[in-house]
Amino acid sequence: MGAILELENISKQFPGVKALDDVRFDMTAGEVHALLGENGAGKSTLIKIISGVYKPDGGTIRLDGETVLFNTPREAQQRGIATIYQELSLYPELTVAENIFMGHAPRRKLGPIEVLDWGAANRRAQEILASLNIHDLDVTRKIGTLTVGNRQRVEIAKALSLNARILIMDEPTAALTEADVERLFNIVRLLRERGVGIIYISHRLHEVFELADRVTVLRDGQYVGTKPVSETSEDDLVSMMVGRTIDNLFPKLQTEVGKPVLEIRSLWRKPLTRGVSFQLRAGEIVGLAGLVGSGRSEVAQVIFGINPAESGEILIDGRPVMIKHPGQAMNHGIAYVPEDRGTQGLVRQMRIRENISLSVLKAIRSGLFINRKQEYSLATGMIKQLNIRAYSTEQVVNKLSGGNQQKVVVSKWLASKPRILIMDEPTRGIDVGAKAEIHRLMSELAREGLAVLMISSELPEILGMSDRILVMRGGQVVAEFPRQEATQERIAAAMMSETAGNGAPKSETMMIGESETA
Amino acid sequence: MTATTVSAARQSTPGWLKNLRMLVSGQEGALTLSLALLVIVVGTANPRFLAQQNISDILLNSSYIAVAAIGMSAVIISGNIDISVGAMIGVLATISGQLSIVPGMPVWISWLVPLIVGPMIGAVTGFLVAYLRIPAIVVSLGMMSILKGGLILATGGVWIYNMPPAYKLAQQSFLGLPVPVYFMLVLTILAALWMRYSPSGRAIYAVGGNKEAALLSGISPRVVLMRVFMFNGLMVGISSVLFATQFSSIQSTVPSGLELTIITSAVVGGVSILGGTGTVIGATLATILLRAIGNGMIFINVSAYWLQAVQGTLILVTVLIDLLRRRRQAAQIRG
Repeated sequence: MGAILELENISKQFPGVKALDDVRFDMTAGEVHALLGENGAGKSTLIKIISGVYKPDGGTIRLDGETVLFNTPREAQQRGIATIYQELSLYPELTVAENIFMGHAPRRKLGPIEVLDWGAANRRAQEILASLNIHDLDVTRKIGTLTVGNRQRVEIAKALSLNARILIMDEPTAALTEADVERLFNIVRLLRERGVGIIYISHRLHEVFELADRVTVLRDGQYVGTKPVSETSEDDLVSMMVGRTIDNLFPKLQTEVGKPVLEIRSLWRKPLTRGVSFQLRAGEIVGLAGLVGSGRSEVAQVIFGINPAESGEILIDGRPVMIKHPGQAMNHGIAYVPEDRGTQGLVRQMRIRENISLSVLKAIRSGLFINRKQEYSLATGMIKQLNIRAYSTEQVVNKLSGGNQQKVVVSKWLASKPRILIMDEPTRGIDVGAKAEIHRLMSELAREGLAVLMISSELPEILGMSDRILVMRGGQVVAEFPRQEATQERIAAAMMSETAGNGAPKSETMMIGESETA
Repeated sequence: MTATTVSAARQSTPGWLKNLRMLVSGQEGALTLSLALLVIVVGTANPRFLAQQNISDILLNSSYIAVAAIGMSAVIISGNIDISVGAMIGVLATISGQLSIVPGMPVWISWLVPLIVGPMIGAVTGFLVAYLRIPAIVVSLGMMSILKGGLILATGGVWIYNMPPAYKLAQQSFLGLPVPVYFMLVLTILAALWMRYSPSGRAIYAVGGNKEAALLSGISPRVVLMRVFMFNGLMVGISSVLFATQFSSIQSTVPSGLELTIITSAVVGGVSILGGTGTVIGATLATILLRAIGNGMIFINVSAYWLQAVQGTLILVTVLIDLLRRRRQAAQIRG
């Protein structure tokens, strides 16, 4: 059977990052084609190009042999390409049938005017669901009252109501319970028999073997290879995904590891911090690895008091402390460089100087006012120390490049003279040069006695920078490796393996990210 | 990554020169220029516009609005809005006026009570916004209705006459200018200093610019918002005293559309409706400009009804410029 979808030489550039470089992909009707890669490998970018969200910078997309270029997701939809994203895009206040037929409901004549025919919509929604072997879903129920599994079934029905021939599923099992996963698999198999092509993204290797016909692996935005599932193995796929050489990007300096500065003991904060314990010593860089949704950032946010712990202990220099909000964490010498510098790190309208002094406003006050001299010299010093490329301290941060923005966020935290520095994805989305500078800085800070906890999705970064590596999965620390014993394969295996008894109920992961912002 | 590296030594331009440059390039500069232009054009067409009495009237009539606009600017910069300020001024002016005609009541009490009740109302609004996280527009809409209705119920909308002469603060002059003008100037300067140079003032910009980043930097958005709404209440309290003491009688109702005039002043003054940027100096300049336009129209025989249209146009133009500037910056980020 010929390919229904072919992508060739696809490239996509974002400021500072090459997201896709000369990638190819193809699929035939009635095939489940798994797309694998680490976080940041380019999977999401690729599916967004297929579904018309992004336009590629270069390359061709052929649908049934005809070259196409989608300007909007709607155009892709009209050509039969439907996408089910991790965050389902349904209207909670509308019914199942209304959601399925949103934008293309059947119509009927009512005298001279055409009105939506909800009776017909309900009937047809029922038919579509029945064709998926779903008989227990009332089409007049509101989406908001359904479980995640049922909502996903509605999404699939919606795609079919649009006559989708290619269905893209982005980590569809991430939020499902075991029973729902099984039902989903049955639906996927049913669709395959009907000739629908399915692009299936998942981090769970065993799902790939259970479901997929072929698998394509991406790494760092590049095409690694495509293989029939029957001709590959888990080990093979892991090494395709992570098989990078560690280059000289990571100038790790040898440091003297001192006394424990931070210790956490069985810290709980549901859903993604489930009894986490570890120690952080002065002068030590600890890498925290794990897939997105494994609870890495959530632990950091518990320690920093953004979402305070429900139970467990935090000890600083061996003494138990209470951390209920970020201000308290800062008083204990903790700094947190957040994952998303745009929404959590910077005040975009403010100048570099004003952003840097934000964490120390009270400390650099003389009398009622901010000490301007101190503020300027702080900003000037940081610009020099971190080599921030800017015209002056008065430049608005909005106008800096990603790497320089990140340096401003780091500056803000260094200004608070922390003893414990938590960095969440410190180099995501910044260019190679700035990356190396951040790494150099981390190393220097550790040598000066700071304890650094680095959360990263990039294994080479974890391996290159860390003295010790913790791996999280399902809200728990599941493995620990000293620097000498860590390899990409071992860490990746710990991150991904679905060992029996991994009890974190996945249905709760929909709740992550509801951080306290007021 | 092509920007030149700045050396620390480049950081030598004196602060005052930079501030001067910013003043000319920013909204304050544009407003000052507009005001100058207006004075020249209208003054040439009709020199009576420039009479000392007329200038003094413009400033006097700007004063209570400008003082309230200072509070409003802080609220908007923090990323919120308060549309109950007109109703607050009505209520507080009535309380002040009623107190002043109670026999034996010292005058200073009628001046002081609004400055206490204002922040109390602000604290209620602030609590609902900061702690219960109800959008400020909803909270202040509710507060406006409560105050408006409550005022009519309590007083029946009667006129208050015969306030003692000593009470009429706004009718007194000092060095040839009405007393409220000094209030406007001094409060603008103090508020500008506070918001620009103090830690708690900087925190307002941070919360309005990016609440989450502010929270993660150890600033408590709740505390900041409570403070902002109480400060607004205080400014409204002062504004209501200037308003109540300016006339020979006070009607116990809410002056209609006053909150819109105050919000207009803040927005035309360059306070971004999206929060995070703007200055109180701009707001005060805009108040004076809008008053001068309204006044100038009379002198060149343009119907005063045009004032509304002019105000509306100024709002749209200012907001448009702000949005265009933000979009341009956003576009630069995406490359």
